[in-house]
Amino acid sequence: MQCDVCGEKDATVFLTQIVEGKMQKVNLCESCSKAKHIDDPTAFEFADVLLGLGTAQQLERSPAARKCPVCGFTQADFKKTGRLGCSECYTAFAEGLSAMLANMHKGTTHVGKVPGHQRVKRELTMKIKTLQADLDEAVAAEQYERAASIRDQIRQIEMELSP
Amino acid sequence: MKLTEILACPGEWLSGDGPHRQIVVSSRIRLARNLTRTPFPGWAKRAERLETLELIRPAVEALPEMRDAYSQNLTELTALERQVLMERHLISREHAAKGAGSAVVMNAEQTLSFMINEEDHLRMQAIRCGLQLQEAYRMVDRCDTELGDRLDFAFHDELGFLTACPTNVGTGMRASAMLHLPGLVMSDQINKIINSVNKIGLAVRGLHGEGTEAMGNLFQVSNQTTLGESEEQIIERLTKVIEHIVEHEENSRQVLVERRLTTLLDQVGRAYGILSHAHSMASKEALNLLSVIKLGVDLGLFPDTTRVMIDELFIETQPAHLQKGAHGQKMTAEARDTLRASLIRAKLKKLPKPNLTRLKAAEAPKEPDDE
Repeated sequence: MQCDVCGEKDATVFLTQIVEGKMQKVNLCESCSKAKHIDDPTAFEFADVLLGLGTAQQLERSPAARKCPVCGFTQADFKKTGRLGCSECYTAFAEGLSAMLANMHKGTTHVGKVPGHQRVKRELTMKIKTLQADLDEAVAAEQYERAASIRDQIRQIEMELSP
Repeated sequence: MKLTEILACPGEWLSGDGPHRQIVVSSRIRLARNLTRTPFPGWAKRAERLETLELIRPAVEALPEMRDAYSQNLTELTALERQVLMERHLISREHAAKGAGSAVVMNAEQTLSFMINEEDHLRMQAIRCGLQLQEAYRMVDRCDTELGDRLDFAFHDELGFLTACPTNVGTGMRASAMLHLPGLVMSDQINKIINSVNKIGLAVRGLHGEGTEAMGNLFQVSNQTTLGESEEQIIERLTKVIEHIVEHEENSRQVLVERRLTTLLDQVGRAYGILSHAHSMASKEALNLLSVIKLGVDLGLFPDTTRVMIDELFIETQPAHLQKGAHGQKMTAEARDTLRASLIRAKLKKLPKPNLTRLKAAEAPKEPDDE
């Protein structure tokens, strides 16, 4: 089997990664695997090096021309540095980042410390999320009275949230 | 407070005390925080970095913990001074290379340090002696809470604290401990340990973090992931793993004493001989030999009173520390090696020859168990 990167030498390093239930396989020769630091599984580059099947491609799931409206950061910049431009990039590139974060971390939702001034806001947004799920359920079950009451609750919280 | 005053004291984590002190050299918690809607340092223009600095530095200096703090822009420090701070783990290797807009603020005890405009706008760390991750977190958490009232930290409902690198998002916390594991290295078990630690989502690294070589049998164990687990959960998990490693290290030392005493004594004796008589020594060799002497102290071959002196030598023989007396003149590697050897020779005059009685007693055939 030939190396997927250089296409010359025999592949001796075989990588399998599962991203959102899709299996991706990469075969590398020894020197290419070293060049791409795959011999060190602790490195962050691990996800980034899979012939663009890793980090970079995942970001590309966001529309190609997208730029962060706050700092002007683009996907190409991420590909180069592996770092983002500013806090708003997390919103601008949300689609691409979510798959990447799911791969990288134990979970996809923060469960740790919440800064004081954010705590109330976060509790309310989390509540809206639960209510939204309840609402969908009520509509699906054709319980329109219950749905209406949940909708009113959501509106009420949204009023509290917007200054 | 001046840098010279900081450098004159070894720092609490080096001279203090804490649980599992012999094997766990230090425990460290680092939190990454950023200002909302402000370009991260790596992406910001110089003027933006300076603005960030102007916002963060006064807020940090105003913390009650930071009374009498040492606070300095990195541009005001020489390359050598920055390296000294790095060798003490007060700033990161990455931060030491930063220029305009970056600063460091630390307390006199050297237990808390704040890096402004590192990879993130603010990185704060607490470092304690022995296995004290919980205690270190308590210290840095208090500062973080206070700073959070003054500064608008980037926080996302779903993702938590937002960081320049997606690997730090969530808690923004890296908890790590520096372990001295000569027993596991000598008994060839270290790779097995590293592999199994990696498998459970923790990282093992060398002396100065990512991508650095393990020297002096020193290893850093830290959490890899920051999202989906709370700070307490991460610390608890890491502490348990470290306690396991400590136990393995203790066992392997016991086995060395029981089954390979001659090899062990030979290594300690050679380390003692070379360190007390060499006239040129590279820093890697010094660390590796000092590690064996440190093991000797742990095993009772040297008096316990020499422990701090040996631990200090680990830091004092590092390249920048060695040169700090040379008044900013860069020394050649050869000159450094000569200076290092003579420093060690001078210090080791206070170290008596290995006292074998205790270990020899362990080797003697055991008397029948009739107690």
